[in-house]
Amino acid sequence: MARIIVVTSGKGGVGKTTTSAALSMGLALKGHRTAVVDFDIGLRNLDLIMGCERRVVYDFINVIQGESTLNQALIRDKRCENLYVLPASQTRDKDALAPEGVEKVLNELSETFEYIVCDSPAGIERGAHLAMYFADDAIVVTNPEISSVRDSDRMLGILSSKSRRAELGQDPIREYLLLTRYSPQRVKQGEMLSVEDVQEILALHLLGVIPESRAVLSASNSGNPVILDDKSDAGQAYADVIRRYLGEDTPHRFLEEERKGLLSRLFGG
Amino acid sequence: MGLLGYFKSNRPNSAAIAKERLQILVAHERTDKDKSPDYLVNLQRDLLEVVRRYVNVDQDAITVTMEQDESREVLELNIVLPDESIPRPVRSYSSRSGRK
Repeated sequence: MARIIVVTSGKGGVGKTTTSAALSMGLALKGHRTAVVDFDIGLRNLDLIMGCERRVVYDFINVIQGESTLNQALIRDKRCENLYVLPASQTRDKDALAPEGVEKVLNELSETFEYIVCDSPAGIERGAHLAMYFADDAIVVTNPEISSVRDSDRMLGILSSKSRRAELGQDPIREYLLLTRYSPQRVKQGEMLSVEDVQEILALHLLGVIPESRAVLSASNSGNPVILDDKSDAGQAYADVIRRYLGEDTPHRFLEEERKGLLSRLFGG
Repeated sequence: MGLLGYFKSNRPNSAAIAKERLQILVAHERTDKDKSPDYLVNLQRDLLEVVRRYVNVDQDAITVTMEQDESREVLELNIVLPDESIPRPVRSYSSRSGRK
């Protein structure tokens, strides 16, 4: 029986797909058979971030509508044999995402995978709803910025009332906060909400803080999940996230400004 | 703080403003969530039904809103009465009897 993890946020552009790619790669590198599923029907991008865009033949909707088997649609990652990608359809409408179909695909994936990472689209419409509906765990990706925090709070309300677990009266979805694009320097200058501020408002278990990093753009430019860049701050922060998710006690890093040289300190950076 | 930072330091702390705005907003939106969304809609429908027994008002002439601040909750009912608020015939036979 697989654990279903939804990567969600409400707001767009906060790093859901970057996180889905890093999380699924990280879990797979730890030896867990992992599938990552793109729920953004009509606007797929996970394939690009995972670097498998030229290998897409069939997609999620094809499987739901019986036009291909699940195995035909799953793309095996070339870097890690435990990782498979199920791309979204680029041509269909999001209405093609039928709840029964999604459930059937997730059930079939559960038979052979340990983790199923659902990359949610932005918004709270059908795709986002179905991405979170069957989840066991939710990673709420949030930027230290007011509109993102507000949308995350809204999404938490939806997770606790509109999920399958809520409707069946089961244990609630385990919710985690992942703060991304964090800039300790701007926090210090009073320009950005701090991790404590965001936690105080959302009252969520902090899974990790990903610093604002140039490595994220270069990772997506080259189609390599940023967690593979183990020299980078963002890559290391995601690796910590994986350890914490798997239950290892890992202290938070990248919360403080880097030590600067004398000159930049003198002139205030 | 750097030498130049000393001169820049009177900048307002916008993160603190953001936090305060968010706290108020989130608290407000969470309480809204607890109310059933049908509640106001149903109340509006029922009120309209009662009002229409006496006054002929349009379907959209009535609005019900709930406002909340720290100390109190305000249920606001707003009915726009038509220019001539002539009592609406309660039963259709009254017009038939008028033709006699």
